[in-house]
Amino acid sequence: MTPILSVRQVAKRYGQRYGCREVSFDLYPGEVLCIVGESGSGKSTLLSTLAGKLAADEGEVTFRDVNGTEHDLLTLAEADRRRLARTEWGFVTQHARDGLRMNVSAGANVSERLMALGQRHYGELRATAGEWLEKVEISAERLDDRPSQFSGGMQQRLQIARNLVTKPRLVFMDEPTGGLDVSVQARFLDLLRRLVHETGIAVIMVTHDLGVARLLAHRTLVMQQGRVVEAGLTDQILDDPQHPYTQLLVSSILQA
Amino acid sequence: MYVAVKGGETAILNSYELLAAERRGDQDTPELTLAQIKGQMRLALARVMQEGSLYDEELAALALKQASGDATEAVFLLRAFRTTLPRLGYSLPLDTAAMRVRRRVSGTFKDVPGGQVLGPTPDYTQRLLDFTLAATGNAPKPMLAEQPLPDVLPCVLDVLGSEGLIEPERPADGDPAPKDLTREPLMFPADRATRLQNLARGDEGYLLGLAYSTQRGYAESHPFAGEIRMGEVAVTVCPEELGFEIEIGEITLTECQMINQFAGSNTAPPQFTRGYGLSFGEGERKAMAMALVDRSLRASELGEDIHAPAQQQEFVLYHTDSVEASGFVQHLKLPHYVDFQAELSLIRTLRKQFDTQQRDEA
Amino acid sequence: MNIEYNYGFLDENTKRMLRRGLLKAVAIPGYQVPFGSREMPLPYGWGTGGIQVTASIIGSDDTLKVIDQGADDTTNAVNIRRFFGRVAEVATTEKTSEATVIQTRHRIPETALKSGQIMVFQVPEPEPLRTLEASEVETRQLHAHQEYGLMHVKLYEDIARYGHIATSYDYPVMVNGRYLTSPSPIPKFDNPKLHQSPALLLFGAGREKRLYAIPPYTDVESLAFDDHPFDVQTWDSHCALCGSTESYLDEIITDDAGSRMFVCSDTDYCATHQQEAKQ
Repeated sequence: MTPILSVRQVAKRYGQRYGCREVSFDLYPGEVLCIVGESGSGKSTLLSTLAGKLAADEGEVTFRDVNGTEHDLLTLAEADRRRLARTEWGFVTQHARDGLRMNVSAGANVSERLMALGQRHYGELRATAGEWLEKVEISAERLDDRPSQFSGGMQQRLQIARNLVTKPRLVFMDEPTGGLDVSVQARFLDLLRRLVHETGIAVIMVTHDLGVARLLAHRTLVMQQGRVVEAGLTDQILDDPQHPYTQLLVSSILQA
Repeated sequence: MYVAVKGGETAILNSYELLAAERRGDQDTPELTLAQIKGQMRLALARVMQEGSLYDEELAALALKQASGDATEAVFLLRAFRTTLPRLGYSLPLDTAAMRVRRRVSGTFKDVPGGQVLGPTPDYTQRLLDFTLAATGNAPKPMLAEQPLPDVLPCVLDVLGSEGLIEPERPADGDPAPKDLTREPLMFPADRATRLQNLARGDEGYLLGLAYSTQRGYAESHPFAGEIRMGEVAVTVCPEELGFEIEIGEITLTECQMINQFAGSNTAPPQFTRGYGLSFGEGERKAMAMALVDRSLRASELGEDIHAPAQQQEFVLYHTDSVEASGFVQHLKLPHYVDFQAELSLIRTLRKQFDTQQRDEA
Repeated sequence: MNIEYNYGFLDENTKRMLRRGLLKAVAIPGYQVPFGSREMPLPYGWGTGGIQVTASIIGSDDTLKVIDQGADDTTNAVNIRRFFGRVAEVATTEKTSEATVIQTRHRIPETALKSGQIMVFQVPEPEPLRTLEASEVETRQLHAHQEYGLMHVKLYEDIARYGHIATSYDYPVMVNGRYLTSPSPIPKFDNPKLHQSPALLLFGAGREKRLYAIPPYTDVESLAFDDHPFDVQTWDSHCALCGSTESYLDEIITDDAGSRMFVCSDTDYCATHQQEAKQ
């Protein structure tokens, strides 16, 4: 199998300081990769750099699209990047209000990507949006309600539906559980695990929560001060951490 | 039977005459002369010249007379004339440091080299209506100082500059000639020269309100009036075919340099930063407001968080122009029959749906 | 003081700058070309863009028609026609068929346009996305990448809320399959006249400093959904003056009791129709 995303020696600088550096990994179709670390470790910088929201300063990132064509993401033209973002990628933000249009209905939020791809049948758009609401455990009766009338957990599930409706192949997620109550998190993670399994999407998720990684991620990268200090199968990392920093992280969740 | 209203042209021509009669007012009162406006309404004149972007006292006086004293309308008249003028050349940058100063104050140091010079300011007049002005009378002759002011007053900000505590005033990379906003459209992001040009032409009331908002928490603003100076500055041109500089006259200007605290960023040390304002004539309120808004618009360049209206380039610069704003607000009185008809039938349809729904639910 | 104005008010360099902008606009149908809009002796919002376009293309052999709300005799139309009569000594007409240049605000004449004619539209807000996205920097990006999801979201919401698209004028169009474009505030009734028009359609927005164009015989599609196709206004009544059932009707209130009647908004069309009926 060929990787969907190949990352080699990527670095992002802020002035003289590195936000992240010397990051390399491969991501395969259907694989979930978690990037963990404390705040300031560079994990969100890395995610934004991979998703093209920040321009990288060093390295190579190659994305393989559905036709097998390779795209160098660091030199990709803005138009091509936006096209990939519409067709092949999704981006789930920590705060639902950054990833949703709060002033239009849930139905419009889910339909937007479909319409951007040229779907022009209102009835079909509505039917698809309704199906997706049910998939993320929101009643289709809420189709015409605005996200502002939804709870935090529902908003986050709506954001998932809005992204997955066009069946992207790679979804970036930035602390998707970060704004949720602990009681709501479990249900959300369950749903996410099921959808990821059903749709076969590849996911790169940033989280500070090793519990989230354990539940979802096939593989995990541990970041500290802008560098990847440990990488491997999630179970291996959590059960037998090698790097002192990882050991510290793991012991801190065990205590909690 | 209904007949559509005709005769728009006659009505327009008649409105001209009525307007002229109202402008003239009571025929028994002597008519205003341009010399009177120029001589006794100098601040109104300054505002019209400033926002009209044309330093011509005679034409500004005419515009004010024609507009019956409406400054915004006078600015419009002056601008519409200005647009037809050929560009013979551009003057060299004005040297305000060489200003023949008539007023200069600083709010930052008790005493400054050359001293504080109040000049003809209304600042300390107590604003009591002066009923002696109601009767005509001659003004008292002002007293002359024992010594004339020096030819050149040093700039207050240079004192801070010599200590390296205020950002140096440097042209942009390559020192490009500023764009002429009356010849090229405003595009974003707009560089500082373009922004200053826009603000200089901008409506005084609008800038004043924005500047005020920066002092009330809608921007990071900790301003001090570093220096305000007013006086005469020479205008110089250098015609290409001659190759040497010629002084073509003097204009009155008010310049304001605001000083703002800046805590520093990744690349810049903590220091004072500048906001700049310049206005034709005695335009102190305008120059100060402009300086505050100039500084708040530098937020992105200085790495400050942008959260207030006065920091948003598009919001500020798209709405400064009184001629644009006045035209567009007032265009609503033009006929909109066709669009209104379309909206009317839409509202009727929506209303019918609403009523049916209410009935069904009842 | 006695000042002579140049032919067409604007100086020749300015007219050339405008024509260059218009050529670019024609070459990229529907694309908004920024231009150095001049200050005109007419308020912004009253047709300064249209006047500049007309001034840059008009010549002494042209015949000019100016309409506002479809009528030749509304005050603003009269005023603009007088302006060109004064600064361009051009022949004027009220007949759509006789005009070579037609400047308009808010309507397209009912009489079909011909090849060789030029329509000049006065445009208050050239950006169809402006009410949905205030930032010009952002909307230029959206056009550059042909990302018009925002507009479709708006149309979707209309149907979800009202059961139909609730835009009655300035109804957004897609020009040549590429640029989302404002047709200016014409009623959507006039939108079909833009599609494959034999005439050259030029748009001038003076205050916003943009020019754009729809060249002759260009595809212009009014946005819609497959199952909610675009439709135009219809009336239960006909024109009370000429009896037309095909033209756009204005509602006229005839007394204090709220009695009303409907008449053609296009005065030339209505007069011609009445004349034909008499013969």
